[in-house]
Amino acid sequence: MNSADTAWMLVATALVLLMTPALGFFYGGLVRAKNALNTLMMSFAALGCVAIAWALLGYSLAFAPGGAWLGDLSRSLLRGVGLDASGSIPHVLFMAYQGTFAIITAALISGAVVERMRFRAYLLFLTIWSLVVYAPIAHWVWGGGWLATLGALDFAGGTVVHVNAGAAAVVAALSLGPRKDYGRQAILPHNVPFTLLGAGLLWFGWFGFNAGSALGANAIAALAFVNTMLAPAATLIVWTLLDLRRAGRVTAVGAATAIVVGLVAITPAAGFISPAAAIVLGGVAALPSYFTVLWRPRTRLDDSLDVLAAHGVGGTVGAVLTGVLAQKIWNGTANGLLFGAPLQVLVQIAGVAAAALYSALGTMLVLRGLALFMPLRVADPGHEGSGLDVGQHGEEAYGSGEGAVLVLPEATPAVAAPAAAPAGERA
Amino acid sequence: MKLVLAIIRPEKLTEVLEALFRAEVRGLTINRVQGHGGETERVETYRGTTVKMELSEKVRLEIGVSDHFVEPTVRALLRAAQTGEVGDGKIFVLPVERVYRIRTGERDEAAVTPVG
Repeated sequence: MNSADTAWMLVATALVLLMTPALGFFYGGLVRAKNALNTLMMSFAALGCVAIAWALLGYSLAFAPGGAWLGDLSRSLLRGVGLDASGSIPHVLFMAYQGTFAIITAALISGAVVERMRFRAYLLFLTIWSLVVYAPIAHWVWGGGWLATLGALDFAGGTVVHVNAGAAAVVAALSLGPRKDYGRQAILPHNVPFTLLGAGLLWFGWFGFNAGSALGANAIAALAFVNTMLAPAATLIVWTLLDLRRAGRVTAVGAATAIVVGLVAITPAAGFISPAAAIVLGGVAALPSYFTVLWRPRTRLDDSLDVLAAHGVGGTVGAVLTGVLAQKIWNGTANGLLFGAPLQVLVQIAGVAAAALYSALGTMLVLRGLALFMPLRVADPGHEGSGLDVGQHGEEAYGSGEGAVLVLPEATPAVAAPAAAPAGERA
Repeated sequence: MKLVLAIIRPEKLTEVLEALFRAEVRGLTINRVQGHGGETERVETYRGTTVKMELSEKVRLEIGVSDHFVEPTVRALLRAAQTGEVGDGKIFVLPVERVYRIRTGERDEAAVTPVG
């Protein structure tokens, strides 16, 4: 056990936990005002459901010994997860740190189903998905599963978190179908400052996500930290140039998106490549995501907040480039294509394909299963038009409180105020 | 000349604008308003406080039109703003005494005829 490592991992865990509310604001700003609370709640709900599912079962399925495909139940209900060391930090801390990853991965999918999914169906989906889809893939890569044995490099979750969430998002968007206004009306962000705020806080939290994945306060953590700073910076610059070239104006939503794309892309590579390579990786990663963002709205795929473009495509580019740019003199473990290990790229591609395939199939099964018991979408007509905040939560994000009549607990109902009704409306 | 005053659901505004433009009605003003009609009130809860929201968000359109444009305007509004549920709103057609276009000083019919 090492005090410095423990101290850093305590901070890193809190940083990663902050990413989920940050994601809520990133997504919340991109939807219409009438769905702002619902979208934020989709992220906040993961802080409850997924955290408890992880502690009770998910952690064991992902990190207990088990086999190549899945852990076992030996750590379920946190049995044997105590104060003894796991690596150089307490086992409970390792469990909590990994739990924050499960939370944000599940919350990422919400971007594909906003403005139409029934909240209670979403809560069940989130919980089951974190156990059935996230935990096995985490086991493959980090729990001693088959992708780890194969030698796939995934420093902080390019495949486990981002390719996984991206594939799940596509399937979820297809399963639910597009919003009723999609492709018929302009659906615009209602609060771009929220989106920028969310992107900024995501970046801050991502230092815990990537540098924390070194699982200690050491030189690899410092490398991952610096790469997490430089790669999104390069993505931001390239995105800016693409915006300038296409429309002559640099957009704020574009900048927020670029930061997330850069962060996603550096995630698998953070502790494996040099800072100079991180700049290259960040810059290159802007291109495929930028063009996916432009292409997607022309299709009937209502992946509303572009989870595919940011996380699926960004994660794939990052994972593949990890296999190109990895350098043993920096990471001490593996080289990539440019440094004499050409086969590493193939291993990376296999990892991405396996994660995407399993995630897509698993997500489809979870949603099909849920659909047997309950509707997945809010009732139409009415609910989608008037917004999910009032319909699903009985609250408004920006209510003025005017015209609200207090319902007293034991009062006889319907204290109507006829004087308040404008005469014209009664005619 | 008439003033067509319509109160509609906010989520129907885009459809209504499209219908009006298709009917070649191009001059209008909109306002976000709150009103009370026949719809059942929404119940909202904030911690221990439960309230009935007596006022609903609506959009009010004011459209000054010459007489032969009244029917097309009203028809476009009826078609585009309707959901069939209580709370779709109202259309009022009011007489107008005089209209001026500020830019030119044109009056009445000329003032509400779109610039060709």
